[in-house]
Amino acid sequence: MGMTISEKILAKASGNKTVHPGEYTIGKIDLAMIHDLTGPLTLRVLREVGYDRPWDIEKVVIILDHQVPANSTVTAQLHKDLREYAKKHGIKNYHEVGRQGVCHQILAEQYVKPGMLVVGADSHTCTLGALGAFATGIGSTEMASVYLTGEMWFRVPETIRCSLKNRLKEGVSSKDIILKIIGSLGVDGGLYCAAEFTGEGVGTLSVDSRLTMCNMAIEMGGKTGIINPDKQTIDYTGVKDAPLKSDPDAAYYKTIEVDLATLEPQVAMPHSVDNVKPVSEAGNVIADQVFIGSCTNGRLEDLEVAAKILAGRRVSPSTRLIVIPASQRIYLEAENRGYLRTFIQAGGVVCNPNCGPCLGGHMGILADGETCISTSNRNFIGRMGSTAAKVYLASPQTAAATAIEGRLADPRKYMRG
Amino acid sequence: MKEIKGRVWLFGNDVDTDVILPGKYLVLTDPKDLAKHALEGLVPGFADRIKQGDIIIAGKNFGCGSSREHAPLALKHAGVGAIVAKSFSRIFFRNAINIGLPVVMSKDARERVSEGETITIDLEGGALVKGNGERIATEGYPDFLLKMLMDGGLLQNLKNKFSKVERK
Repeated sequence: MGMTISEKILAKASGNKTVHPGEYTIGKIDLAMIHDLTGPLTLRVLREVGYDRPWDIEKVVIILDHQVPANSTVTAQLHKDLREYAKKHGIKNYHEVGRQGVCHQILAEQYVKPGMLVVGADSHTCTLGALGAFATGIGSTEMASVYLTGEMWFRVPETIRCSLKNRLKEGVSSKDIILKIIGSLGVDGGLYCAAEFTGEGVGTLSVDSRLTMCNMAIEMGGKTGIINPDKQTIDYTGVKDAPLKSDPDAAYYKTIEVDLATLEPQVAMPHSVDNVKPVSEAGNVIADQVFIGSCTNGRLEDLEVAAKILAGRRVSPSTRLIVIPASQRIYLEAENRGYLRTFIQAGGVVCNPNCGPCLGGHMGILADGETCISTSNRNFIGRMGSTAAKVYLASPQTAAATAIEGRLADPRKYMRG
Repeated sequence: MKEIKGRVWLFGNDVDTDVILPGKYLVLTDPKDLAKHALEGLVPGFADRIKQGDIIIAGKNFGCGSSREHAPLALKHAGVGAIVAKSFSRIFFRNAINIGLPVVMSKDARERVSEGETITIDLEGGALVKGNGERIATEGYPDFLLKMLMDGGLLQNLKNKFSKVERK
């Protein structure tokens, strides 16, 4: 019996030839990331332990991303604590304001390689599985333990195979694929599992698109999303080769198939990520705010498709558009390509790279009774501010079309002309 | 670890980390401050009404969403003695054990206990015990996890291991 890519990475990290789902192993960690909201708790635990030097300063990454630049004296202190910790230990992989972005995007651009075992003190660390790594989110005390020991226990997960057939039609994106899958499996349909995206459809998707899918594996309870590396992965990560891949005879706990050719734009309605419908069946949803950004959909490709739809058009007077590129690198490239100008000319606002309003902390928090169409990943009660607000999750294409119309809109009509 | 005994608070499925501890409070790091906002998104005033040692009994997928350890910290320091659920989100489950908050899986508990009744949790025996002595089975832990929980969590383990390391 062969092994899945997840099993191979966990076997390698634990010094075993094979591992099996359900087995407990100790894995050596290749990369450990903290950010400005979970990092300070990790430092608090380290202080309590009385010893705070990381096991390997090359393998730790500290990124300011949730509330950047600092929006209060409390946040400023959190940033200061991380800055001073990085300085104390000579941690070079510290990302200061202006040299950062949403943590998962920074990890994708600069750190993660296929075959790595990656942990981050953020649930969306599963994003990085798109690069053929095993990447998962952990808590702050767990991270303190990783900092001190360089290892962590793992229960080897079962793998759900998400098999993608054919290719997407114009106006439909990988966000629609993952929403469709979560809608089918439910918010706990992948509990403790690895979600492996396979099939001919994966090859047609860019690395940006793959990161979006893996990002939301956690929304069905997944331990990671993961994709076998191919030429695109190798080019993106700059490695020579990426040998760890699922065997043809690997065992899967479950298989779900999605036909990309017949998929239409999807939306997750309040207040659960599995409350998914096609946009065409969602009814009349007035949008007070549209947000394009986050670790799910703040990448260059996302800004490109949104800018194409918004070029020469205006944001509806009845709504407001907030665009937040996921990293400084994307911000600059979007500026070079004129996308930022397009958003501004359309009547939108463009903010500096950070998590923005996704989790209700900064830049676009919702009031009572307001509705936001968002390209982010969670629509829980109170997620983006008021507990009396509503969040609908959709693709950047759908968000851009919605910004023009002021109500939830199918983007496919903007694809011609 | 002392006996876990408390009044039951019943919850449904998929209680997420944003209702347990809304994102706007993630800038807080003192558990006492976090505790004031525990479950604020779902039960306003929960922190004032809970008594030390009360037990949450919920449906499936408790703690889904974020990796924020602030969520189990807020519950623990508000006074929650343990959480029993049909299933837990993976990160929340680990976080709770790491900070010494008992989390117990039971398929039947949600249907067999009532709001406000007092129950006892027998962690090592793998059961919830009702006032009339009726026992409801809970799922076991791997040995190393049970030991970690009985020791008071991962933090305590780290203290034992690293407190003697020479400080730099």
